[in-house]
Amino acid sequence: MLEIKDLHASINGKEILKGVNLTIRAGEIHAIMGPNGAGKSTLAWVLSGNPAVEVTHGEIIFNGKNLLEMSPEDRSREGIFLSFQYPVEIPGVSMVNFMRTAVNEQRKYKNLEPLSAADFLRLMREKKELVEMDNKLTSRSVNEGFSGGEKKRNEIFQMAMLEPKLAILDETDSGLDIDALRIVANGVNKLKRPDNATLVITHYQRLLDYIIPDFVHVFYDGRIVKTGDKNLALELEEKGYDWIKKEVETPVEQ
Amino acid sequence: MSEDIINQVTQGEYKYGFTTDIDTEVFPMGLNEEIIRLISVKKNEPEWLLDFRIKSYRHWLTMKMPTWAHLEIPPIDFQKISYFAAPRKKSPKSMDEVDPEILKTFDKLGIPLEEQKALSGMAVDAVMDSISVKTTFKENLAELGIIFCSFSEAVQHHPDLVQKYLGSVVPYSDNFFATLNSAVFSDGSFVYIPKGVRCPMELSTYFRINASNTGQFERTLIVADEDSYVSYLEGCTAPMRDENQLHAAIVEIVALKNAEVKYSTVQNWYPGDKEGKGGIYNFVTKRGICKGENSKISWTQVETGSAITWKYPSCILQGDNSSAEFYSVAVTNHFQQADTGTKMIHLGKNTRSHILSKGISAGFGQNSYRGLVRVSKNADNARNFSQCDSLLLGDKCGAHTFPYMDVNNDTAIVEHEATTSKISEDQIFYCNQRGISTEDAVGLIVNGYAREVINKLPMEFAVEAQKLLQITLEGSVG
Ligand SMILES: Nc1ncnc2c1ncn2[C@@H]1O[C@H](COP(=O)(O)OP(=O)(O)OP(=O)(O)O)[C@@H](O)[C@H]1O
Ligand SMILES: [Mg+2]
Repeated sequence: MLEIKDLHASINGKEILKGVNLTIRAGEIHAIMGPNGAGKSTLAWVLSGNPAVEVTHGEIIFNGKNLLEMSPEDRSREGIFLSFQYPVEIPGVSMVNFMRTAVNEQRKYKNLEPLSAADFLRLMREKKELVEMDNKLTSRSVNEGFSGGEKKRNEIFQMAMLEPKLAILDETDSGLDIDALRIVANGVNKLKRPDNATLVITHYQRLLDYIIPDFVHVFYDGRIVKTGDKNLALELEEKGYDWIKKEVETPVEQ
Repeated sequence: MSEDIINQVTQGEYKYGFTTDIDTEVFPMGLNEEIIRLISVKKNEPEWLLDFRIKSYRHWLTMKMPTWAHLEIPPIDFQKISYFAAPRKKSPKSMDEVDPEILKTFDKLGIPLEEQKALSGMAVDAVMDSISVKTTFKENLAELGIIFCSFSEAVQHHPDLVQKYLGSVVPYSDNFFATLNSAVFSDGSFVYIPKGVRCPMELSTYFRINASNTGQFERTLIVADEDSYVSYLEGCTAPMRDENQLHAAIVEIVALKNAEVKYSTVQNWYPGDKEGKGGIYNFVTKRGICKGENSKISWTQVETGSAITWKYPSCILQGDNSSAEFYSVAVTNHFQQADTGTKMIHLGKNTRSHILSKGISAGFGQNSYRGLVRVSKNADNARNFSQCDSLLLGDKCGAHTFPYMDVNNDTAIVEHEATTSKISEDQIFYCNQRGISTEDAVGLIVNGYAREVINKLPMEFAVEAQKLLQITLEGSVG
């Protein structure tokens, strides 16, 4: 489904990603862990097409298409969804209006008619229930004045509405209380299908108790430096990143 | 990168820039007493009206163009303008017969003038260049005693009403452009709503400039007698021309005891091209007086057109317990400049005014809000609330607020709030990531921002205005 080959990218001329290789197949869940500033969010930006990041080398193939040639909106319409680490507030734009526009844009891309008002509201209701999202939130402006946890839950609600092929969750667990964490994780699991995939970026092993990954990657200094199964997350939780850093840096110093 | 984003969404095309090929009678360029007499003769005006014009003209000669607005106005040569242009009638047999070319023009603008085709619940006075070409539903309204006709017709058939109220809200000596208008005004609409009548239809005037090198100087007068109500709409467009054209109108509103007048404008004069060439210079004086107790006037405007806009729809709150509102969305894109706002003059007791101004600037646009709230000595318990918001798209445009307060009564409460915000790249990218294109994202954000004002417009207009905002800003963020 997704193939990243030797990806280098920079922000404001500073190289952040220094040769990322990653392959994700349909049906898989991948977790990325790694210290602050390693470039995890930068990778998520590159996948979703944020113009702030400049790709300097490498390629990304998504379902047979060259992802780097697509506009951010087309990547979304092709099924890439990013749950933002810091969701953005859009004052004056109601959640309903925002979601209806988003859903209908996706449908237009697939040559489908826009949803009728009734069908749209039905879909909203169904997905709100899935993530146990408060009615009051969807009647407000996009993320405006939402608490940190509410914003994260809203991301998963939008993901449920858009049913992406590849969902990238950038620290969606940060800022969630225990109940919300369980609800969000349940939401992700319920949306899981053999033909979609999930990339979870997190600092905490506990999320991976709910969303069980097929692969865990350790991200460090703009690269994936280690890949393992879910036990790698447990090991990191126990030992921290120092041993990884040593492992990576020792050969360089030789 | 940010430059790109901001540069692209405001490149929309002006849709009303076509010209109509009709035989037009145009006065020679230039302004002098002779021309004014000619206009008056052309319109078969009574002596007192000619006197009013001449008095105004002589006063105008003593005046200078105002320079206090935050506008860069190139010099205007008032002798290089023609002050009268009228489509020539093909068959003078029937008064009501309209040249099919003109009908087609208004059809194209979405304003059908045949009553069978007309928008339900709306009567229209269509003005092309210096004259009114057709007023619909005149007869139906007359059954209720409502007078809705062109200004010229009102002068012929209701001279007493015109004489009583003309210049009563905007005196002939008011300001440079108002005085010029008082000397040379051509046509416009006249409305009188009798006592106790609620006007059952929206009344509207559609102004169209067609001829080149002519100025448009309309004059509108609305009188709402005691306990009456009317909602009035004004729309306007002009062809795309390379030269600038002058438009200097006056609107006067009188609301007597318990009367309510809602005046809505969607101003879409040709704004000039992307390089700032051409476009209408729009210098308008609009003022209403809440003359009687409990009367109410509200101005709602969506200003998207004109190269230069200089416009302050104002209210004099004379009657006790009277109230006034000003709701405005003003957009400046490319090289457009707008200096617009309102004046609320509180004279009566317990008078209330509410100002909500939403400015949107894109491209190299300059957008200023200028507002005055004055509370006179006797205006006990006067209350005003003003909210002025600015939204910036890009970093080459500007937004400015000039609120003035002049409060002479201790019991008055006058409040002012102002905000400035910018559409951020983060917001745009967030929308993009959900599959929403940048243009649609800007449309969503701008319409959300302007919603409170748009919601004040009558339904059909609200939809139009919403589309217009989106088109006006197309290409400004990419
Ligand atoms: N606009 C910018 N200008 C310069 N450097 C930037 C910019 N944005 C990000 N960076 C740098 O890029 C590096 C990677 O940032 P990124 O957000 O991808 O890290 P991360 O792995 O997601 O960290 P965290 O775990 O804290 O979320 C950091 O050193 C950060 O300071
Ligand atoms: Mg991050």
